[in-house]
Amino acid sequence: MFGFTAKQLTGVGIFLFVLFIGVPLIIGATGRWDFYFTLTSVALLAIASAGVWLTFYIGRINIGQGAFALIGAYVSAILVVKAGWSFWISLPAAGIFAAIVAILIGLPILRLRGVYFAMITLVLTQVVTLTALALPITNGAKGISNIPLPSGVSLFGIPILPDFAGMENTKLAFYYTACILMVITYAALYRLVNSRLGHLCRSMQQNEELASSIGVNIAYIRIVIFAISSFFGGIGGAMFGSIAQSVYPSSFQVADSVNFMLNCFLGGLGFVFGPMLGTLVLYFGWDLLFEFGKYQMLIYSTILILIIRFLPNGLLSLRFGKGGDK
Amino acid sequence: MEQILANGVYLGSQYAMIALGLTLIFALMNVLNFAHGQMYVIGGFVTYTFYGQWGVPFVLALVMSCVTLAILGALIERYLFAPVIKGSAREESTMLLAAGIAFFLDAVILLVFGEKQRGVPKIVDGVFNYDFRLIMPYDRILICVLAILSIVAFIGLMQYTKTGRALRALAQDRTAAQLMGVNVDRYSMIGFALGAMLAGLVGGLLVTITGVNLGMGGPTSIKAFMMVMIGGAGVISGAIWGGIILGFMEAIGLAVLYQYGDITYLLIFVSLMIFLAIRPQGLMGKPWG
Repeated sequence: MFGFTAKQLTGVGIFLFVLFIGVPLIIGATGRWDFYFTLTSVALLAIASAGVWLTFYIGRINIGQGAFALIGAYVSAILVVKAGWSFWISLPAAGIFAAIVAILIGLPILRLRGVYFAMITLVLTQVVTLTALALPITNGAKGISNIPLPSGVSLFGIPILPDFAGMENTKLAFYYTACILMVITYAALYRLVNSRLGHLCRSMQQNEELASSIGVNIAYIRIVIFAISSFFGGIGGAMFGSIAQSVYPSSFQVADSVNFMLNCFLGGLGFVFGPMLGTLVLYFGWDLLFEFGKYQMLIYSTILILIIRFLPNGLLSLRFGKGGDK
Repeated sequence: MEQILANGVYLGSQYAMIALGLTLIFALMNVLNFAHGQMYVIGGFVTYTFYGQWGVPFVLALVMSCVTLAILGALIERYLFAPVIKGSAREESTMLLAAGIAFFLDAVILLVFGEKQRGVPKIVDGVFNYDFRLIMPYDRILICVLAILSIVAFIGLMQYTKTGRALRALAQDRTAAQLMGVNVDRYSMIGFALGAMLAGLVGGLLVTITGVNLGMGGPTSIKAFMMVMIGGAGVISGAIWGGIILGFMEAIGLAVLYQYGDITYLLIFVSLMIFLAIRPQGLMGKPWG
């Protein structure tokens, strides 16, 4: 069906089943309601990490995703709080705004490669954080708090999305929203990687000059890819702001940008679903180790070092991943 | 004005030393050492323990900082970076390793030394005062002179010894150096140890003035990256220039724009981005390092 093998379809089926039915059942049975928040965060961070992975796909190390997540969070928050928009319209608006910023900034900086690009995106994260501190519309260090929960949407009198404020269990609602967004993101990513554009990206990853010499418009492609990547970042950030109901300049910092990059490395750069797994392991693992108290960081970093020492090409290089191997 | 210039020289000489170690490691192994700031903090804590706690003479405590970090750097290179570089498909994977080591060192610092701000007694008392136009405590002047001396010693080592020649050859072309009979593995390890040692030395020097605490690692790394970028990645003279330029920018910016606070850093970062977009290889780097 649609060119997928039966094995891939089963894999995706199992994954969706676990995501939408299995996890709520397990959480309901064990009573660990706090896991909803953790897993929602994982889903949203995985969306932003998908963007970073995409820039890796054209051979650029992106340590600037925190900047675009912060931009997305602020745009959505300002539109909802100050302009009174519905959250569901502000969400794509935040993504598009982040993408436009990415195009403007990307035009000069995407000419850089290797560590130079990595460093300039790292600096970009600092610039956005400091700008958020300095601008009046973002309210400085106080940030924007008391963002209302997403309101309901109805088309021709038929309710499409429920009103989050009137719901008993917003955690579950946010979990489903984040998971649906994540599934859409990764489906789009998989489609993109297997399209003509994806092949062109792979040619750029290997050798930009060669790709250019056989007629690939590399300047155009890298802008498009960077814009898509930042769009994901903006969406993830906006949704995060809505869940936390507040945005501060410190919501996304350099450390977050570095973490987005680490998620991709850990999952494996050669695999579409790498960043998702990487985010799950890094974020969920950190949460699970909370019980160790002051040794949490020590154990966490030791495991991280061991993983990269013995699996330098990412977790998915073990090949227990299903479907989407690329 | 004199005050701003003196502050610039003082900041610049410290910054240059931090950047030197980072750029050396980058030039040799193509590794962005995210853990550089943490190494600097450890250097500070070792000096604090020996000089501040146990009353060992300051110079001896500094030597202990250097030795500790050199051993740490050598071990990290030998058992972590070297195997990962050999085994990974894309060499950027070392960034994850470097970040993991940064987390690990942070955890170790937290467990061993705690999260409090630590300071040591002054090494020399008194303040140099030139007609109230230039005021500078004597210990700052001493640290500044020591930093400049260390930089000179480092350049001497790189230029005039056999080790330095091997390291420079390695930075220029790894394969060619190997073909000329340079023991690549051994000198990579020495280079990494040297870079870590410089970080420890700065940490030991600065603990006498700013003290040391757990949170200093990350921001120090970022500043060091910026200096390396200004001067050009992997170039020794570039790192020194980068340190001096950043030091002066900070000194001037904080003096002129002090009522606006963080605007100084915003301006520094934005101008750095514009500069890098125009000249990506920095002042004296090789393009596409």
